[in-house]
Amino acid sequence: MARTPDGPPPPPTVQKLRLRYTKRGPLRFASHRDLARALERALRRAQVPMAFSAGFSPHPKISYMGAAPTGAASEAEYFEIGLSARRDPEQVRAALDASLPPGIDVLECVEAVEGSGSLADRLDATRWRIDLPGVDADQLSAAVQTFLAQEVVLVAKRTKNGTKDVDAREAVVSAAVAVEAGCAILLVVVRQLTPTVRPDDVMAALAAVADLHPPLPARAVREAQGRLDDSGDVADPLGPDRVASSRCQGEPAQV
Amino acid sequence: MTVESLYPRLEPLLAQVQKPIQYVGGELNAQVKPWDDVAVHWALMYPDAYEVGLPNQGLMILYEVLNERADALAERTYAVWPDLAGLMREHGVGQFTVDAHRPVREFDLLGVSFATELGYTNLLEALDLAGVPLHAVDRDESHPVVVAGGHAAFNPEPVSDFVDCAVLGDGEQVVGDITDVVAAWKDQGRPGGRVELLARLSRVDGVYVPRFYAVSYAADGTIAEVRRTRDDVPARVGKRTVMDLDEWPYPKQPLVPLAESVHERMSVEIFRGCTRGCRFCQAGMITRPVRERTITGIGSMVDAGLKATGYEEVGLLSLSSADHSEIGQLAKELADRYEGTNTGLSLPSTRVDAFNVTLANELSRNGRRSGLTFAPEGGSERIRRVINKTVSKEDLVRTVTTAYANGWRQVKLYFMCGLPTETDEDVLEIAELAVEVIRAGREASGSKDIRCTVSIGGFVPKPHTPFQWAAQASAETIDHRLRILREAINADRRIGRSIGLRYHDGKPGVIEGLLSRGDRRVGKVIERVWRDGGHFDGWSEHFSYDRWQTAAAEELAAFGLDLAWFTTRERTEHEVLPWDHLDSGLDKEWLWDDWQDAISEDEVGDCRWTGCYDCGVCPTMGTDIQIGPTGRSLLPLTPVSR
Ligand code: SF4
Repeated sequence: MARTPDGPPPPPTVQKLRLRYTKRGPLRFASHRDLARALERALRRAQVPMAFSAGFSPHPKISYMGAAPTGAASEAEYFEIGLSARRDPEQVRAALDASLPPGIDVLECVEAVEGSGSLADRLDATRWRIDLPGVDADQLSAAVQTFLAQEVVLVAKRTKNGTKDVDAREAVVSAAVAVEAGCAILLVVVRQLTPTVRPDDVMAALAAVADLHPPLPARAVREAQGRLDDSGDVADPLGPDRVASSRCQGEPAQV
Repeated sequence: MTVESLYPRLEPLLAQVQKPIQYVGGELNAQVKPWDDVAVHWALMYPDAYEVGLPNQGLMILYEVLNERADALAERTYAVWPDLAGLMREHGVGQFTVDAHRPVREFDLLGVSFATELGYTNLLEALDLAGVPLHAVDRDESHPVVVAGGHAAFNPEPVSDFVDCAVLGDGEQVVGDITDVVAAWKDQGRPGGRVELLARLSRVDGVYVPRFYAVSYAADGTIAEVRRTRDDVPARVGKRTVMDLDEWPYPKQPLVPLAESVHERMSVEIFRGCTRGCRFCQAGMITRPVRERTITGIGSMVDAGLKATGYEEVGLLSLSSADHSEIGQLAKELADRYEGTNTGLSLPSTRVDAFNVTLANELSRNGRRSGLTFAPEGGSERIRRVINKTVSKEDLVRTVTTAYANGWRQVKLYFMCGLPTETDEDVLEIAELAVEVIRAGREASGSKDIRCTVSIGGFVPKPHTPFQWAAQASAETIDHRLRILREAINADRRIGRSIGLRYHDGKPGVIEGLLSRGDRRVGKVIERVWRDGGHFDGWSEHFSYDRWQTAAAEELAAFGLDLAWFTTRERTEHEVLPWDHLDSGLDKEWLWDDWQDAISEDEVGDCRWTGCYDCGVCPTMGTDIQIGPTGRSLLPLTPVSR
């Protein structure tokens, strides 16, 4: 005797918005589940008219993609929401940003234009900046050269079903070393394969090939996420929506 | 003097521990005030993991009440898991608050809320991590005053070596009084040092300073006398009672964590106190009389809280929520207000009566009809008369069946095991009940897809209840009864597979019993257990019975006592109990008479409806029952843009 909810089905999705947000400061220690909870509550507080799935425990229509690992900061996290009433994207961005704790800052919100393809498909690479306090820049450069010269660098990765060897080399598109305020920095572009190669996997690879062991924990920031372009850099994943919507509305594209 | 944040030194450690988010603060509605702007600094601790401590209402209330004062600030701190504690010791980082990561060592006061005695070892761990001397007598003016509160503080004797004071009763007003005393003492240049400050605090209503009371013991090990050592402290310390709940609509801005916590909802306390008179229930006894929040007061708290948090569910909290004088109207009008908003409303576990099903139906009419919880507590009608929670077997089965017939799929039933006068037969009746409930439920709902979860807790006699004299059942007795119950439930697999049984073995209850009814001599056991590595005693993966048993055997031997003396020994009528000088308002003679009534299976009514039966609270504390109905109603809210 299955019960069905009384009343009409929930209103349909009439607008899809795509948003970029950050994970800064102490909130880099939030996990993707913590962030999902925080975003859902903030959407309620900001009174964003969410579309819901049908059924007894209706869920708001939200898709999260490619979350940065717990402990890594990010300037480029993305998610998509379905609305039951149309709203101005900029107003949604501002209201949501005001409802979130400092550190989770909503930087951009654009309307997904029909026919512009899925957002998840546009997130196939990340540009990481990994600060390595206490590491000598020359030693780091040498380690990176050794790593890049390899065909395959296997690192053990913990997964749900025990450990698994993953090729860290295959995922790395490019790697460079910089120095800022006396701190060695590794800039690395990583292709998002399954399983994902994360900053700690890259560090494990450097330890494996060049015996590099930082004295202090590394601090990683995802600086950009998007599609790998021909020049090996990461393209803005919201670009196509901006282009498409500006075409519709006859406004110049902002970049 | 300003105080540095420990965060820069803590941050590298966080990268190496489990669930680091619990240590970074930044919750929605958290507050950080400049250190130098205020005279009095409170660190408020819940001595368990963050996920358990954050949702604690008491702590949230005091956090807000104190932070609203211009002359005070309050920050929160929780028990640190062993992985981080180890790193903190290695790197010299002290116990910190999650709000501004200030060292607990630097605060004027450390308020610790003990919902259960199993948090005692976590207090010792936090003091040690903070760099605060474990023993109150070893602290000087530079150390925080350690204040215990919460229900366990009604017998703080086992932790009297480690706390400077204990606060009895409602905290809302007394934290303000304490703040005033500390502010004045600091402003005057700390005259008389720490002892003078404690003497002044001991004159605040509801504040007990153990060091000003000396305990002597008789040859048989019982307490001979508890005598004050200064004549400017009260001979007996009475509890505090907040009389008008509508004047204290806290928390106004409930904290919302990023991390997962045990309660993913907000709660509104709809009344405080309970006079149902369940004889096992310490909470009901020590929080008398009943004081209701009005229907309109509740309505505005629900509204403000939902706006402030973004939660999807509101729990209407109290010891027995269906007893609110306006509950029917409240349930209907709240359900009307939030119709079509995906907002869930719920009551905590309830008494077994048909009205509760009606209420639950009303509250869930917007959708979710997942599980209902009832608490008959006793398996047989006889034992339910002993504990004064009378409901007939027929009524119980009928009520649960009604719930299934109304579309509830999952019913949870709470029972206790090890109650005074209990026999194997009383416990075996739980199995009969569960089987009957499933049979009748399948018939009434026409579905085999219904479940009944039987959840069993071992009974622990608590201070300030009629059962404070009772012999606690031994762990062996509890384990034996649980085993025969499990066998009885599994006897018929066709029914048994619809019944879930949840229980813990009897051992942790024995330790809880030692800590609940212990005296000052038990402090040695607590300290020893902590020194041997014990903490997080509320977590089965950390609790070690062996460690407690060894410590109790060795430390209590010096006094010629043992674990059994504190737990399975029945007390006599005139024995001086360790908490007799702490006044919950209940008349000891009334408690004793009620204990005798329990043994002879006599019931007592509820003073809200059958008239005062002189438990003593109202005249002693100068309080009164405060209940409605008020005759007011909830208007629809202005609809939000959707
Ligand atoms: S004194 Fe009387 S009215 Fe007050 S709580 Fe006790 S029994 Fe009830």
